[in-house]
Amino acid sequence: MRERITRRIARELEDGDVVNLGIGMPTMVADFIPDDIRVIFQSENGFVGMGPRPPKGEEDPDLVNAGSEPVTIKTGGAFFDSTTSFAIIRGGHLDATVLGALQVDEQGNLANWKIPGKLVPGMGGAMDLTVGARQVIVATSHTTKKDQPKILPECTLPLTAKGEVDLIVTELAVFRVTGQGLLLEEIAEDTTVKEVREKTAAGFSIAPELTTFA
Amino acid sequence: MVKIVDKEQIKQLFAEGQRLMIGGFIECGAPHRLIDLLLESGVGNLTLIGNDTGFDDQKSGQLVVEKRLSRVIVSHIGTNKETGRQMNRGDLEVELIPQGTLVEQIRAGGAGLGGVLTPTGIGTPVAEESRTIEVDGREYLLAKPLRADLALVKAWKADRDGNLLFRYAARNFNPVMAMAGDKVVVEAEEIVPAGEIDPNQVMTPGIFVDYILQNGGEGASV
Repeated sequence: MRERITRRIARELEDGDVVNLGIGMPTMVADFIPDDIRVIFQSENGFVGMGPRPPKGEEDPDLVNAGSEPVTIKTGGAFFDSTTSFAIIRGGHLDATVLGALQVDEQGNLANWKIPGKLVPGMGGAMDLTVGARQVIVATSHTTKKDQPKILPECTLPLTAKGEVDLIVTELAVFRVTGQGLLLEEIAEDTTVKEVREKTAAGFSIAPELTTFA
Repeated sequence: MVKIVDKEQIKQLFAEGQRLMIGGFIECGAPHRLIDLLLESGVGNLTLIGNDTGFDDQKSGQLVVEKRLSRVIVSHIGTNKETGRQMNRGDLEVELIPQGTLVEQIRAGGAGLGGVLTPTGIGTPVAEESRTIEVDGREYLLAKPLRADLALVKAWKADRDGNLLFRYAARNFNPVMAMAGDKVVVEAEEIVPAGEIDPNQVMTPGIFVDYILQNGGEGASV
Protein backbone atom coordinates (compact mmCIF):
# COMPACT_ATOMS: atom_id res chain seq x y z
CA MET A 1 0.00 0.00 0.00
CA ARG A 2 2.73 2.42 1.01
CA GLU A 3 4.65 1.59 -2.12
CA ARG A 4 1.62 2.20 -4.33
CA ILE A 5 0.90 5.58 -2.71
CA THR A 6 4.46 6.85 -2.84
CA ARG A 7 5.06 5.52 -6.37
CA ARG A 8 2.02 7.50 -7.54
CA ILE A 9 3.16 10.66 -5.72
CA ALA A 10 6.61 10.43 -7.34
CA ARG A 11 4.88 11.04 -10.69
CA GLU A 12 3.79 14.49 -9.49
CA LEU A 13 7.38 15.67 -9.16
CA GLU A 14 9.20 17.36 -12.02
CA ASP A 15 12.77 17.84 -13.10
CA GLY A 16 14.42 20.54 -10.98
CA ASP A 17 11.81 20.52 -8.19
CA VAL A 18 12.95 21.20 -4.62
CA VAL A 19 10.91 18.88 -2.39
CA ASN A 20 10.60 18.12 1.32
CA LEU A 21 9.38 14.68 2.31
CA GLY A 22 7.79 14.25 5.73
CA ILE A 23 8.97 11.49 8.04
CA GLY A 24 7.54 7.97 7.67
CA MET A 25 5.85 6.88 4.47
CA PRO A 26 6.58 10.11 2.50
CA THR A 27 10.34 9.39 2.56
CA MET A 28 9.66 6.42 0.25
CA VAL A 29 8.74 8.84 -2.57
CA ALA A 30 12.47 9.33 -3.19
CA ASP A 31 12.77 5.66 -4.22
CA PHE A 32 10.48 6.14 -7.21
CA ILE A 33 11.94 9.20 -8.93
CA PRO A 34 12.80 8.26 -12.55
CA ASP A 35 16.51 8.32 -13.41
CA ASP A 36 16.05 10.89 -16.16
CA ILE A 37 14.89 13.71 -13.86
CA ARG A 38 16.65 15.42 -10.98
CA VAL A 39 14.61 16.23 -7.90
CA ILE A 40 16.41 18.03 -5.06
CA PHE A 41 15.32 16.81 -1.64
CA GLN A 42 15.41 19.22 1.29
CA SER A 43 15.65 17.93 4.85
CA GLU A 44 14.34 20.40 7.44
CA ASN A 45 17.10 19.57 9.90
CA GLY A 46 19.38 21.48 7.57
CA PHE A 47 20.37 20.47 4.06
CA VAL A 48 19.45 20.16 0.40
CA GLY A 49 20.64 17.39 -1.88
CA MET A 50 19.64 14.55 0.42
CA GLY A 51 20.51 11.12 -0.97
CA PRO A 52 19.57 7.56 0.01
CA ARG A 53 20.61 5.60 3.09
CA PRO A 54 24.34 4.77 2.97
CA PRO A 55 25.63 1.17 2.87
CA LYS A 56 25.83 -0.54 6.25
CA GLY A 57 28.88 0.59 8.19
CA GLU A 58 29.05 4.00 6.46
CA GLU A 59 26.34 5.70 8.53
CA ASP A 60 27.38 9.02 10.09
CA PRO A 61 25.52 10.27 13.19
CA ASP A 62 25.86 13.85 11.89
CA LEU A 63 24.18 12.98 8.60
CA VAL A 64 20.60 11.95 9.28
CA ASN A 65 17.20 13.02 7.98
CA ALA A 66 14.50 14.71 10.06
CA GLY A 67 13.37 11.27 11.23
CA SER A 68 16.88 10.43 12.54
CA GLU A 69 17.55 7.88 9.78
CA PRO A 70 21.05 7.77 8.24
CA VAL A 71 21.15 9.37 4.79
CA THR A 72 23.74 10.76 2.37
CA ILE A 73 24.30 14.07 0.62
CA LYS A 74 24.62 14.25 -3.16
CA THR A 75 27.12 16.26 -5.16
CA GLY A 76 25.86 19.84 -5.28
CA GLY A 77 24.17 19.58 -1.90
CA ALA A 78 24.55 22.08 0.94
CA PHE A 79 24.19 22.18 4.71
CA PHE A 80 22.77 25.15 6.63
CA ASP A 81 21.27 26.07 9.99
CA SER A 82 17.60 25.90 10.94
CA THR A 83 16.87 29.56 10.12
CA THR A 84 17.97 29.01 6.50
CA SER A 85 16.12 25.71 6.40
CA PHE A 86 12.86 27.41 7.34
CA ALA A 87 13.53 30.39 5.09
CA ILE A 88 13.55 27.80 2.29
CA ILE A 89 10.38 26.18 3.61
CA ARG A 90 8.32 29.29 4.47
CA GLY A 91 9.79 31.60 1.86
CA GLY A 92 8.30 29.93 -1.21
CA HIS A 93 11.46 28.09 -2.27
CA LEU A 94 9.95 24.60 -2.01
CA ASP A 95 8.05 23.29 -5.01
CA ALA A 96 6.33 20.57 -3.02
CA THR A 97 6.04 18.82 0.31
CA VAL A 98 4.64 15.36 0.96
CA LEU A 99 3.12 14.80 4.40
CA GLY A 100 1.15 12.15 6.23
CA ALA A 101 -2.28 12.76 7.73
CA LEU A 102 -4.44 11.76 10.65
CA GLN A 103 -7.33 13.51 8.93
CA VAL A 104 -7.74 15.62 5.81
CA ASP A 105 -10.91 17.31 4.62
CA GLU A 106 -12.70 18.67 1.59
CA GLN A 107 -11.57 22.25 2.28
CA GLY A 108 -7.93 21.18 2.12
CA ASN A 109 -7.49 21.28 5.90
CA LEU A 110 -4.97 18.88 7.39
CA ALA A 111 -4.67 17.43 10.91
CA ASN A 112 -1.55 15.44 11.72
CA TRP A 113 0.02 16.66 14.97
CA LYS A 114 -2.27 16.02 17.88
CA ILE A 115 -4.95 13.68 19.21
CA PRO A 116 -6.05 15.53 22.36
CA GLY A 117 -5.61 13.45 25.50
CA LYS A 118 -4.03 10.56 23.60
CA LEU A 119 -1.14 11.40 21.32
CA VAL A 120 0.67 14.71 21.18
CA PRO A 121 3.85 14.35 19.13
CA GLY A 122 3.92 18.04 18.19
CA MET A 123 3.91 19.75 14.83
CA GLY A 124 7.66 19.86 14.22
CA GLY A 125 8.07 21.53 10.82
CA ALA A 126 4.70 20.46 9.40
CA MET A 127 2.88 23.79 9.90
CA ASP A 128 5.68 25.69 8.16
CA LEU A 129 5.82 23.15 5.32
CA THR A 130 2.08 23.35 4.62
CA VAL A 131 2.07 27.15 4.64
CA GLY A 132 5.24 27.54 2.59
CA ALA A 133 5.39 24.81 -0.05
CA ARG A 134 3.80 25.61 -3.42
CA GLN A 135 2.18 22.18 -3.58
CA VAL A 136 1.09 20.25 -0.50
CA ILE A 137 0.59 16.55 -1.21
CA VAL A 138 -0.91 14.30 1.44
CA ALA A 139 0.15 10.65 1.48
CA THR A 140 -2.22 8.60 3.60
CA SER A 141 -3.98 5.29 3.93
CA HIS A 142 -7.57 5.79 2.81
CA THR A 143 -8.98 4.76 6.20
CA THR A 144 -7.66 4.28 9.72
CA LYS A 145 -6.54 0.89 11.06
CA LYS A 146 -10.09 0.52 12.41
CA ASP A 147 -11.52 1.23 8.91
CA GLN A 148 -12.75 4.69 9.86
CA PRO A 149 -12.63 7.32 7.08
CA LYS A 150 -9.68 9.75 7.18
CA ILE A 151 -10.99 11.95 4.36
CA LEU A 152 -13.75 13.94 6.01
CA PRO A 153 -16.21 16.78 5.35
CA GLU A 154 -14.39 18.63 8.13
CA CYS A 155 -11.41 17.65 10.29
CA THR A 156 -12.33 17.07 13.94
CA LEU A 157 -8.76 16.96 15.26
CA PRO A 158 -6.68 20.13 15.83
CA LEU A 159 -5.52 21.49 12.48
CA THR A 160 -1.98 21.58 11.16
CA ALA A 161 -3.01 23.76 8.24
CA LYS A 162 -6.11 25.51 7.02
CA GLY A 163 -6.91 25.14 3.32
CA GLU A 164 -3.35 24.36 2.24
CA VAL A 165 -3.67 20.79 0.88
CA ASP A 166 -3.59 20.48 -2.92
CA LEU A 167 -3.57 16.74 -3.58
CA ILE A 168 -4.54 13.65 -1.55
CA VAL A 169 -3.13 10.29 -2.60
CA THR A 170 -4.29 7.04 -0.98
CA GLU A 171 -4.05 3.39 -1.97
CA LEU A 172 -7.48 3.78 -3.55
CA ALA A 173 -7.73 7.25 -5.01
CA VAL A 174 -6.19 10.56 -6.04
CA PHE A 175 -8.22 13.63 -5.05
CA ARG A 176 -7.46 17.19 -6.02
CA VAL A 177 -8.65 19.89 -3.62
CA THR A 178 -10.46 22.59 -5.59
CA GLY A 179 -12.43 25.70 -4.63
CA GLN A 180 -15.54 23.53 -5.09
CA GLY A 181 -14.40 20.66 -2.86
CA LEU A 182 -12.69 17.41 -3.75
CA LEU A 183 -12.32 16.17 -7.30
CA LEU A 184 -11.69 12.44 -7.78
CA GLU A 185 -9.12 12.35 -10.58
CA GLU A 186 -7.88 8.77 -10.41
CA ILE A 187 -8.80 5.50 -8.79
CA ALA A 188 -6.60 2.46 -8.20
CA GLU A 189 -6.93 -0.18 -10.92
CA ASP A 190 -8.33 -2.73 -8.46
CA THR A 191 -11.07 -0.56 -6.93
CA THR A 192 -14.32 1.06 -8.00
CA VAL A 193 -15.86 4.49 -7.54
CA LYS A 194 -18.43 2.75 -5.38
CA GLU A 195 -15.78 1.45 -2.98
CA VAL A 196 -14.13 4.89 -2.86
CA ARG A 197 -17.52 6.45 -2.01
CA GLU A 198 -18.08 3.94 0.78
CA LYS A 199 -14.71 4.64 2.36
CA THR A 200 -14.71 8.43 1.98
CA ALA A 201 -16.75 10.52 4.41
CA ALA A 202 -16.19 13.71 2.43
CA GLY A 203 -18.27 14.50 -0.61
CA PHE A 204 -16.48 14.63 -3.96
CA SER A 205 -17.14 15.09 -7.63
CA ILE A 206 -15.70 12.85 -10.31
CA ALA A 207 -13.40 14.12 -13.04
CA PRO A 208 -14.87 13.70 -16.53
CA GLU A 209 -11.65 11.95 -17.53
CA LEU A 210 -11.33 9.63 -14.55
CA THR A 211 -8.23 7.46 -14.99
CA THR A 212 -6.67 4.59 -13.06
CA PHE A 213 -3.28 4.05 -11.41
CA ALA A 214 -1.41 0.86 -10.61
CA MET B 1 36.74 37.05 25.87
CA VAL B 2 36.41 33.34 25.44
CA LYS B 3 37.46 31.17 28.36
CA ILE B 4 38.48 27.56 27.90
CA VAL B 5 37.32 25.87 31.06
CA ASP B 6 37.23 22.46 32.71
CA LYS B 7 34.29 20.33 33.76
CA GLU B 8 34.04 21.76 37.27
CA GLN B 9 33.97 25.33 35.98
CA ILE B 10 31.20 24.37 33.55
CA LYS B 11 29.15 22.81 36.35
CA GLN B 12 29.37 26.03 38.34
CA LEU B 13 27.54 27.84 35.53
CA PHE B 14 24.39 25.78 36.14
CA ALA B 15 21.76 26.84 38.66
CA GLU B 16 18.32 25.69 39.79
CA GLY B 17 15.46 27.15 37.75
CA GLN B 18 17.57 28.35 34.84
CA ARG B 19 16.26 28.83 31.36
CA LEU B 20 18.46 26.88 28.93
CA MET B 21 18.74 26.65 25.18
CA ILE B 22 20.24 23.37 24.05
CA GLY B 23 21.21 22.82 20.41
CA GLY B 24 20.53 19.69 18.42
CA PHE B 25 17.83 17.99 16.40
CA ILE B 26 16.68 14.72 18.01
CA GLU B 27 20.19 14.14 19.47
CA CYS B 28 22.04 15.03 16.22
CA GLY B 29 24.28 17.99 17.05
CA ALA B 30 23.26 18.02 20.71
CA PRO B 31 26.04 18.87 23.23
CA HIS B 32 26.07 15.50 24.97
CA ARG B 33 29.08 16.17 27.20
CA LEU B 34 27.59 19.44 28.44
CA ILE B 35 24.31 17.66 29.10
CA ASP B 36 26.25 15.06 31.12
CA LEU B 37 27.72 17.86 33.23
CA LEU B 38 24.30 19.43 33.62
CA LEU B 39 22.95 16.10 34.87
CA GLU B 40 25.94 15.65 37.21
CA SER B 41 25.47 19.16 38.62
CA GLY B 42 22.15 18.02 40.06
CA VAL B 43 20.19 21.19 39.21
CA GLY B 44 16.52 20.95 38.34
CA ASN B 45 13.35 22.94 37.76
CA LEU B 46 14.87 23.99 34.44
CA THR B 47 13.16 25.43 31.37
CA LEU B 48 14.41 23.89 28.14
CA ILE B 49 14.21 25.74 24.84
CA GLY B 50 15.12 23.40 21.99
CA ASN B 51 13.81 21.66 18.93
CA ASP B 52 12.66 18.56 20.81
CA THR B 53 13.26 16.49 23.96
CA GLY B 54 15.51 13.87 22.32
CA PHE B 55 15.12 10.12 22.57
CA ASP B 56 14.16 8.68 25.97
CA ASP B 57 17.07 6.19 25.71
CA GLN B 58 19.69 8.74 24.61
CA LYS B 59 21.49 11.66 26.21
CA SER B 60 19.27 14.74 25.64
CA GLY B 61 16.25 12.73 26.62
CA GLN B 62 17.72 12.06 30.08
CA LEU B 63 16.94 15.63 31.14
CA VAL B 64 13.29 14.60 30.96
CA VAL B 65 13.78 11.03 32.20
CA GLU B 66 15.69 12.31 35.27
CA LYS B 67 12.98 14.95 35.85
CA ARG B 68 15.26 17.99 35.66
CA LEU B 69 12.81 20.03 33.61
CA SER B 70 9.66 21.83 34.70
CA ARG B 71 8.91 23.41 31.35
CA VAL B 72 9.88 22.77 27.73
CA ILE B 73 9.46 25.08 24.73
CA VAL B 74 9.92 22.81 21.71
CA SER B 75 8.44 21.83 18.34
CA HIS B 76 8.23 18.08 18.84
CA ILE B 77 8.10 15.59 21.73
CA GLY B 78 7.14 12.42 19.86
CA THR B 79 10.56 10.74 20.16
CA ASN B 80 10.58 10.85 23.97
CA LYS B 81 7.63 8.99 25.49
CA GLU B 82 8.56 10.18 28.97
CA THR B 83 7.87 13.80 27.95
CA GLY B 84 4.29 12.90 27.06
CA ARG B 85 3.84 10.92 30.27
CA GLN B 86 5.06 13.77 32.48
CA MET B 87 2.93 16.24 30.50
CA ASN B 88 -0.20 14.11 30.95
CA ARG B 89 0.49 13.79 34.70
CA GLY B 90 0.82 17.56 34.93
CA ASP B 91 4.47 17.35 36.04
CA LEU B 92 5.91 19.02 32.96
CA GLU B 93 4.64 22.10 31.17
CA VAL B 94 4.96 21.62 27.41
CA GLU B 95 4.70 24.52 24.99
CA LEU B 96 4.67 23.32 21.37
CA ILE B 97 5.73 25.81 18.71
CA PRO B 98 6.10 25.28 14.95
CA GLN B 99 9.77 24.63 14.25
CA GLY B 100 10.24 27.53 11.84
CA THR B 101 8.60 29.91 14.29
CA LEU B 102 10.67 28.63 17.20
CA VAL B 103 13.97 29.16 15.41
CA GLU B 104 12.94 32.68 14.37
CA GLN B 105 11.96 33.49 17.97
CA ILE B 106 15.44 32.46 19.05
CA ARG B 107 17.00 34.46 16.23
CA ALA B 108 14.90 37.49 17.21
CA GLY B 109 16.10 37.09 20.80
CA GLY B 110 19.70 37.05 19.67
CA ALA B 111 19.33 39.76 17.06
CA GLY B 112 17.64 42.41 19.18
CA LEU B 113 14.28 42.22 17.44
CA GLY B 114 10.92 42.64 19.13
CA GLY B 115 9.61 39.52 17.40
CA VAL B 116 8.77 38.26 13.95
CA LEU B 117 5.56 37.95 11.95
CA THR B 118 4.86 34.54 10.46
CA PRO B 119 1.99 33.11 8.40
CA THR B 120 2.64 29.69 9.95
CA GLY B 121 -0.17 28.50 12.20
CA ILE B 122 -2.94 30.78 10.92
CA GLY B 123 -6.23 28.92 11.27
CA THR B 124 -4.77 26.39 13.72
CA PRO B 125 -4.73 26.17 17.54
CA VAL B 126 -1.34 27.93 17.45
CA ALA B 127 -3.11 31.13 16.42
CA GLU B 128 -5.14 31.13 19.65
CA GLU B 129 -1.93 31.70 21.61
CA SER B 130 -0.70 34.63 19.52
CA ARG B 131 -1.64 38.10 18.39
CA THR B 132 -2.69 38.37 14.75
CA ILE B 133 -1.29 41.33 12.84
CA GLU B 134 -2.32 42.29 9.33
CA VAL B 135 0.33 43.58 6.95
CA ASP B 136 -0.67 44.66 3.44
CA GLY B 137 -3.84 42.58 3.61
CA ARG B 138 -2.22 39.36 4.80
CA GLU B 139 -2.54 37.94 8.30
CA TYR B 140 0.47 36.98 10.37
CA LEU B 141 1.04 35.72 13.89
CA LEU B 142 3.34 37.64 16.19
CA ALA B 143 6.12 35.44 17.53
CA LYS B 144 7.94 37.05 20.41
CA PRO B 145 11.70 36.83 20.97
CA LEU B 146 13.20 34.07 23.12
CA ARG B 147 16.40 34.31 25.13
CA ALA B 148 18.02 32.06 27.73
CA ASP B 149 20.32 32.29 30.73
CA LEU B 150 22.63 29.80 29.08
CA ALA B 151 22.90 28.43 25.55
CA LEU B 152 24.59 25.03 25.28
CA VAL B 153 26.05 24.60 21.82
CA LYS B 154 27.76 21.69 20.06
CA ALA B 155 30.41 22.56 17.47
CA TRP B 156 32.66 20.44 15.28
CA LYS B 157 35.72 22.67 15.59
CA ALA B 158 36.36 25.67 17.80
CA ASP B 159 39.46 27.82 17.94
CA ARG B 160 40.69 29.52 21.12
CA ASP B 161 38.90 32.72 20.02
CA GLY B 162 35.58 30.87 19.96
CA ASN B 163 35.13 30.79 16.19
CA LEU B 164 33.04 27.76 15.34
CA LEU B 165 32.50 25.29 12.55
CA PHE B 166 29.64 22.83 12.51
CA ARG B 167 29.52 19.50 10.70
CA TYR B 168 26.81 18.23 8.34
CA ALA B 169 23.30 18.22 9.82
CA ALA B 170 24.69 18.75 13.33
CA ARG B 171 24.51 22.51 12.70
CA ASN B 172 20.71 22.89 12.99
CA PHE B 173 19.77 25.14 15.99
CA ASN B 174 23.35 25.58 17.27
CA PRO B 175 24.45 28.78 15.47
CA VAL B 176 21.22 30.64 16.20
CA MET B 177 21.25 29.64 19.89
CA ALA B 178 24.85 30.85 20.08
CA MET B 179 23.42 34.36 19.63
CA ALA B 180 20.57 34.11 22.12
CA GLY B 181 22.09 33.03 25.43
CA ASP B 182 23.19 35.50 28.11
CA LYS B 183 26.15 33.14 28.40
CA VAL B 184 27.09 30.79 25.59
CA VAL B 185 28.84 27.51 26.41
CA VAL B 186 30.39 25.42 23.64
CA GLU B 187 31.35 21.79 23.46
CA ALA B 188 33.59 21.15 20.44
CA GLU B 189 34.75 17.84 19.01
CA GLU B 190 38.11 19.48 18.49
CA ILE B 191 39.74 22.68 19.75
CA VAL B 192 42.23 23.94 17.19
CA PRO B 193 44.94 26.63 17.47
CA ALA B 194 44.05 30.23 16.64
CA GLY B 195 44.28 30.89 12.92
CA GLU B 196 43.54 27.34 11.89
CA ILE B 197 39.94 28.14 11.01
CA ASP B 198 39.89 30.33 7.89
CA PRO B 199 37.94 33.54 8.68
CA ASN B 200 36.10 33.02 5.38
CA GLN B 201 34.71 29.74 6.64
CA VAL B 202 33.71 30.71 10.20
CA MET B 203 30.06 29.80 10.81
CA THR B 204 29.68 31.36 14.26
CA PRO B 205 32.01 34.28 15.07
CA GLY B 206 33.80 33.83 18.37
CA ILE B 207 32.46 37.05 19.85
CA PHE B 208 29.20 35.21 20.63
CA VAL B 209 30.97 32.55 22.70
CA ASP B 210 31.78 32.80 26.42
CA TYR B 211 33.04 29.35 27.46
CA ILE B 212 34.48 26.34 25.69
CA LEU B 213 34.75 23.00 27.43
CA GLN B 214 38.31 21.68 27.27
CA ASN B 215 38.92 18.83 24.84
CA GLY B 216 37.39 15.71 26.30
CA GLY B 217 36.61 17.77 29.37
CA GLU B 218 40.09 16.81 30.64
CA GLY B 219 43.32 18.87 31.03
CA ALA B 220 44.40 21.75 28.81
CA SER B 221 44.87 20.88 25.17
CA VAL B 222 45.32 24.17 23.41
